[in-house]
Amino acid sequence: MAMTTDPPVQERHAIGQSLKRKEDPRFIRGAGRYVDDIVLPGMLYMALVHSPYPHARINGIDKTAALAMPGVKAVITGEDLVNAGLGWIPTFHGYDKQMVLAVGKAVYQYQEVAGVIATSREAALDAAEVVDVDYEPLEVIADPFVSMRDTLIIRDDRENKTNHIYHWEVGDRDKTDAALAASEVQIDERIEFQRVHPAPLEPCGIVADMSGGTGRLTMYLTSQAPHAHRTVVSMVTGIPEDKIRIVSPDIGGGFGNKVPVYPGYVVATAASVILGVPVKWIETRTENLTCSGFARDYHMRVQIGATAAGNITALKVTTVADHGAFDAVADPSKYPAGLFGIVTGSYDFPTAFTELDAYFTNKAPGGVAYRCSFRVTEASYAIERGMDMLAQRLGMDAAEFRLLNFVKKVQFPYPSPLGFVYDSGDYHLTLRNALDKIGYKELRAEQAEKRARGEYMGIGISTFTEAVGAGPSKLFDIMGIKMFDSAEIRIHPTGSGIVRTGARHQGQGHETTWAQIVAEELGLDPQNILVEEGDTDTAPYGLGTYASRSTPVAGGAIALAARKVREKAKKIAAHVLEASEDDIEWEDYKFKVTGVPGKSITMKEVAFAAYTNPTPGSEPGLEATFYYDPPNMTFPHGAYIAVVDVDAETGYTKVRRFLAIDDCGTIINPMIVEGQIHGGLTEGFAIAFMQEIRFDAAGNNLNTNFTEYLIPTSLETPHWETDKTVTPSPHHPIGAKGVGESPNVGSPAAFVNAVVDALAPLGVKHIEMPLTRAKVWHAIKDARAAASAPLAQNGATHA
Amino acid sequence: MFPAAFDYLPAHSVDEALAALLKHGADARILAGGQSLIPAMRFRLARPTVLVDINPIAGLAYLREENGALLMGAGARDFAVEVAPFIKERYHLIFDAAAVVADPIVRQSGTIVGSLCHNDPAGDWGVVALAARAEVVVRGNAGTRVVPIDDFLIDSFTTAVGEGEMALEARFPTPNERTSGSYQKIERKVGDFATAAAGVQLTLSADGTIAAAGVAIGAAGPTAKRVVEAEKILLGARPSIAVLRAAAAEAKEISDPIADTRGDIEFKREMAGVLVYRGLLATLKRLQQGELH
Repeated sequence: MAMTTDPPVQERHAIGQSLKRKEDPRFIRGAGRYVDDIVLPGMLYMALVHSPYPHARINGIDKTAALAMPGVKAVITGEDLVNAGLGWIPTFHGYDKQMVLAVGKAVYQYQEVAGVIATSREAALDAAEVVDVDYEPLEVIADPFVSMRDTLIIRDDRENKTNHIYHWEVGDRDKTDAALAASEVQIDERIEFQRVHPAPLEPCGIVADMSGGTGRLTMYLTSQAPHAHRTVVSMVTGIPEDKIRIVSPDIGGGFGNKVPVYPGYVVATAASVILGVPVKWIETRTENLTCSGFARDYHMRVQIGATAAGNITALKVTTVADHGAFDAVADPSKYPAGLFGIVTGSYDFPTAFTELDAYFTNKAPGGVAYRCSFRVTEASYAIERGMDMLAQRLGMDAAEFRLLNFVKKVQFPYPSPLGFVYDSGDYHLTLRNALDKIGYKELRAEQAEKRARGEYMGIGISTFTEAVGAGPSKLFDIMGIKMFDSAEIRIHPTGSGIVRTGARHQGQGHETTWAQIVAEELGLDPQNILVEEGDTDTAPYGLGTYASRSTPVAGGAIALAARKVREKAKKIAAHVLEASEDDIEWEDYKFKVTGVPGKSITMKEVAFAAYTNPTPGSEPGLEATFYYDPPNMTFPHGAYIAVVDVDAETGYTKVRRFLAIDDCGTIINPMIVEGQIHGGLTEGFAIAFMQEIRFDAAGNNLNTNFTEYLIPTSLETPHWETDKTVTPSPHHPIGAKGVGESPNVGSPAAFVNAVVDALAPLGVKHIEMPLTRAKVWHAIKDARAAASAPLAQNGATHA
Repeated sequence: MFPAAFDYLPAHSVDEALAALLKHGADARILAGGQSLIPAMRFRLARPTVLVDINPIAGLAYLREENGALLMGAGARDFAVEVAPFIKERYHLIFDAAAVVADPIVRQSGTIVGSLCHNDPAGDWGVVALAARAEVVVRGNAGTRVVPIDDFLIDSFTTAVGEGEMALEARFPTPNERTSGSYQKIERKVGDFATAAAGVQLTLSADGTIAAAGVAIGAAGPTAKRVVEAEKILLGARPSIAVLRAAAAEAKEISDPIADTRGDIEFKREMAGVLVYRGLLATLKRLQQGELH
């Protein structure tokens, strides 16, 4: 099989090696140090009081009973915070504000209403139970399609008395409408991406420490973006930024959930300031699932046109977004619907248009990028489901239909009709490899046999393209802060070193991969390159880790900082080798003197010289800092194929095979990449088959713990087959594109396409995620009823 | 999540446990495996002020055959049942269930008697006990009584165990050579409560007709329930697809589940029938019956 591959491993010093993760020994041994492991002298604990009502006026809060409980030091309400100027804080992109604690009314179930500070976590929880809140329940809107009627204004604090938050659109509406109208074949379907939750195993938490008489506020915080949080804290509180230190210690998973600032952080910090002692708050699982950032909740209408021969002509996607009670979406400022414009996917649409309207509902706020580059997952699901629906309508094979309509390799860099310039890719190669590897023809033959026997086997394809690595400063900022990232490298005299970045890993393996980049660029041993992230006092400024941006942005900064080190090292090498700098070349991970065989010096030797024999007239030492503003995003892509068997009697789907071929450009550590793909596929599987944050019509959250919000175990999880193609990014310093999110982005459509493909003979066209047994069973039952209905009618006519 | 405050009393004998229960009344709960009680306490859905821990009592974890019955002591764990070769060999229904209770970690601690006493509507052991016609030995101040399972399971989270009493043992009649059974369960993932469950046990007579039938379903009402009409259809019948379908239809008929995130009522009722049918088929297969017609 013709596969592009990395250069042979032995040719490269560190990149491309499956180094064991340097961070794992401490994680495996339970020696990781998380926020909840931090215990400071005199520390108090906070518990939060939550609203049982999705919408209720608060007529009063009586703290008396709580304050009388043993160990209770303070009870803080929304009114207290308003008096301190902290009643409301700006939302992520700054276009809305959100209550820290409910002020006047609660607008979603489980909303934070009061904070209780006590000498132990148990005492705080006991006292939180007896905070007496006088609620007056109000009418609830739990559905964005009801919300849009404005029969009840959820956010009466806002100037505009409407539940409509914003309208966003991109593309050519008129041209697209005309092209759709002229299409010989078209689909017009509703596709929903349900509300899900990142559900990191470690919930969110903080130890806020304003004690010690230094006048400094230290926040030990579950933060994916410590520097951004420091700046936000400074802007909101007025505390000068030099007086704030944010330490993000080991993090037990983030997946976008630890990007926003949550009320608990603010209340704990206010409590520490007021009481002068450290205050710890650690979310419970229920708090994490009910209050902190959810993801998705997009209701999409997908229209695609094509010629009768199957050539696509136009794409239009119209979305209603449910943002909950505050517009707290985690998207860059100029992109209120994130990178949803990637919705044309891997296909060469002559024209496209997409628009979105967001609404408030009485639900928890959010819309974080759950293992996703800002709405890329919703977009990929829409296009990959839509393409399958259109193939089904055309009676074309789903693979052939894709191959016919892919952007071709020669078209890169490819300007998409919705404004991206795809950097690189080879979609035909990746899909063809996937079809060969899984034995697509044989599977289709098997399916035909099974269909003849009345068995339901399905094959589902998803060939997604992502836009990751936000991003170029001309386009991307959060509250004005440009989305560059940074690296600082110091090489010590003995040839070891430290690299610090503005990113903050939460399990991604930075401590290993960053060392590999530095080692590759400098010819040093990756085992002796320490990686440190997460302390704003020591790390250079950066926007953190989410949206698959670490390798595309911070990774670029590391490579370029290392090259700056190498430039300086070259001068030192020239000095030590007593040659002109012009005659020094970096070859085979050594500095050599051109034309003088055997005259060379290693980086380790140069490092020693930098401190013991510095070049006269220049700075001693060997370190560099680089702030990297990427010229473009990167566009990883992949071809995924799922094979399923559906038990029509119970609605159970067995995922028999799943092949993921990913192209993330240059691979730094194949083992870590594979691990990322396994993790993301498992999350995608969970989203496709079992996960949803559901609300009943009264606004009650039905998935408030892991009994109801399901995390698959090894027993449910399918066996993953993985492979790769490598199309390096032409603009990234080492050609890497980012991979952490691809499997979560690409896999849901493959699963759903497979199940719908299995049931296609019955006339099933679509089933909304999650594909629970009950939903699949009903879809089968309904399809059978619909198929037999006309017959029954005919029968009646004849009788 | 953190439970409300409670006192912990380790008991070292049954008498000591009973004395503690008598003293603290309804505020006291027995801690056996704790796999249902502790989560309920952590969510503060259960708030006992005293936990009487029976784990320190020696000799309660037995599994043994005696007088034509399998006796499971109050300390017997699911895991012990799952790995006992004699259970796998002869008690097919029980073995099936032991392998699918919650997840392997829960099965290490969870007890059969504790599960029966908890009487969760979606619990596994109530279904098994009904289909196998088990009994529960209950001891209190007034003495010891043996309660048939039909009288033991009263309502959701309510059993015949009274205040100051303790269930000591579950007794399952030993199946003869012509007896087999099957436990069928649908769950969203390992460890989840059942979406639907069915337990069946059949004894064939020498002429191939059904000499004894136990059919029960779970997650189909306030407690596990016996499908009496299905048992009537099966009893004396010669196994056939039609007979099995008719019995399964009775399970669907009496299934009275709640709608929840596991599924709607229509789906769950349908599954009760499907699982009884599959359970009967599996049982007959184990009894080496040929192809059914």
